[in-house]
Amino acid sequence: MRFPLFLAIAGLIILAGISLFVGVTNVSIQTLITGGFDGRAMQVLMVSRVPRTLALILAGASMAISGLLMQMMIRNRFVEPGTVGTSESAALGLLLITIFFPASPVFVKMLVGAMAALMGTALFLRILRAVPLRDVLMVPLVGIMLSGVIAAITTFIAYRYNMMATVLGWGAGDFSGVLRGRYELLYIGFAFAILAFVAADRFTVAGMGRDFTVNLGLNYRRVVIFGLVIVSLISSTVLVSVGMIPFLGLVVPNLVSMMMGDNMRRAVPWVALLGAGFVLVCDIFGRIVRFPYEIPIGTVVGVVGSALFLYLLLRKNRRVS
Amino acid sequence: MLAKAVSHDPAARRAHIVLIILIVIAVIATFCFMTLGARGSWSFVLKLRGTKLAGLVLVASAIATSTVLFQTVTNNRILTPSIMGFDALYILLQTMLIASLGSVAVSRMDSTLLYGIEVVLMLVFSGLLFRWLFIGHERSLHLLVLVGIIFGTFFRSLSGFVQRILDPNEFQVLQDMFFSSFNIVDRSLLGFSAVILIGALIWTYLLIGRLDVVNLGRATAINLGLNYRSTVMQALIICAVMVSVSTALVGPVTFFGLLVASLAHRLVGTDKHIYLIPTAILLGIIALVGGQTVLERVFAFNTALSIIVEFLGGLTFIYLIMRRSRAR
Repeated sequence: MRFPLFLAIAGLIILAGISLFVGVTNVSIQTLITGGFDGRAMQVLMVSRVPRTLALILAGASMAISGLLMQMMIRNRFVEPGTVGTSESAALGLLLITIFFPASPVFVKMLVGAMAALMGTALFLRILRAVPLRDVLMVPLVGIMLSGVIAAITTFIAYRYNMMATVLGWGAGDFSGVLRGRYELLYIGFAFAILAFVAADRFTVAGMGRDFTVNLGLNYRRVVIFGLVIVSLISSTVLVSVGMIPFLGLVVPNLVSMMMGDNMRRAVPWVALLGAGFVLVCDIFGRIVRFPYEIPIGTVVGVVGSALFLYLLLRKNRRVS
Repeated sequence: MLAKAVSHDPAARRAHIVLIILIVIAVIATFCFMTLGARGSWSFVLKLRGTKLAGLVLVASAIATSTVLFQTVTNNRILTPSIMGFDALYILLQTMLIASLGSVAVSRMDSTLLYGIEVVLMLVFSGLLFRWLFIGHERSLHLLVLVGIIFGTFFRSLSGFVQRILDPNEFQVLQDMFFSSFNIVDRSLLGFSAVILIGALIWTYLLIGRLDVVNLGRATAINLGLNYRSTVMQALIICAVMVSVSTALVGPVTFFGLLVASLAHRLVGTDKHIYLIPTAILLGIIALVGGQTVLERVFAFNTALSIIVEFLGGLTFIYLIMRRSRAR
């Protein structure tokens, strides 16, 4: 098991390297050496390229992990923060704090967003509880609709307060605005993703159901709330820094579970690596395909992710029937 | 014939009463829309609002009828053409057409010809998609809805992608197609859309008896001697045409049809299409024209109607889907 993981890490490093050297300004080893430390190439590398690549890795890994976490806790393969209303609620919270307390620091805004995300997710769980017979596919359906309703409220308020541009910016993930000083919140999100890894065994147990968890002497409620807090904080930091990345938390954990099953502790490193790699590839593609212009990553991931999700849905069905 | 139906069938009597009440409300809404808060020259006001009204009525009729047909054909009350990604598909086709021909060539082209091409493409693609989804293997309803929603996202992202590749400077202009607005109706398409829509409505009227039979379920309908496949295909063609009409005029709206169709089912209390379709159309007109009037004149908002419809429709959907799973 060690060797494939090592290979995957090497692959990620190569992708990160490519990501550093793709862009309008010519940054190469040669320009870096000839330009010296104060040269233009070095400046671009330090202020723009390195932060961007780091942001991609952090956001990709944490979003994928939060998707996995959510799937374990809701016990459904087809949910992620973007399909149960977590991200949309975070956007609503962010919008409200931006309107009413525009001067508050980013960190406070992020916390308010996370609170709203937590409330939205709790609302979703509450609605789910009102449904006695749960069909596997109904859970994401209700979630997508709830996301739509919350997004409509957000749009309405944004429209009244002339904030549409900001909300649209959150809606579509885009890493082109990432510079030094504007992505560091993602480290906080990533720290929570690591926390999820540390507590992975608990979530694996919680994923077996309430009765099983209680039998093993764990406080089921506390584990689930802990998990939801982590997911909400991750969603909120990613939203503040780069906007929504659709389907990432859905597709990556599913692919990993197809390869190696449902033990979360074993799956987490793979989910993180694959999530980061997926985002890196999509971003590099978006930057190359219409050089020197960029296609935002939300659009690229939207195409690739929805196609993959469709494949998962229809393939799964064929196997059952 | 109608009089006889009224005297014998209590359901038909109820449907007639509902229809008359709705017609009255629709007329009042229209009157308010045309006259409230009008300042300046009447001929100007009437002309300006008249075109907008015509657009709203066309869109309401197209969405309402296509949703009722679609629900009958797919035999459930949750699916609508837009939930299944129909209008996203239309936008994708439009984007592809512009991408392959070039936007300059397209703007020089006759808009009706372009529209014709788009509708034909739409028929072909939606026909293929629906054959694949509905005919062949049995699939669960929830799977279908989920697949439809994801297809919608896929089509939307793909058109976004193609638009970005096209020309970064024109992107902003093209992006307007993404946002539905009942406030800006494409005037150049109005007359042509009206002709197409009336044709589709007449076609629907000719199908109406057979649609009632389709409602009884596939096996019963075939037993009763109905050419099931042909009826379903015709209904789907009408749906595709109507979705193209409404999407071309105001852009995509996800939940409006669902809202109108489920209200119509509830109000009429019978499954007869001869009542169902007019009721749905009238409800649609009341919602759009009345809603627009209230928003514009009472609250002085501008384009927020589609947002409110989306909000209410989403709630309706959650309610419907929860009630459905409870009933089982």
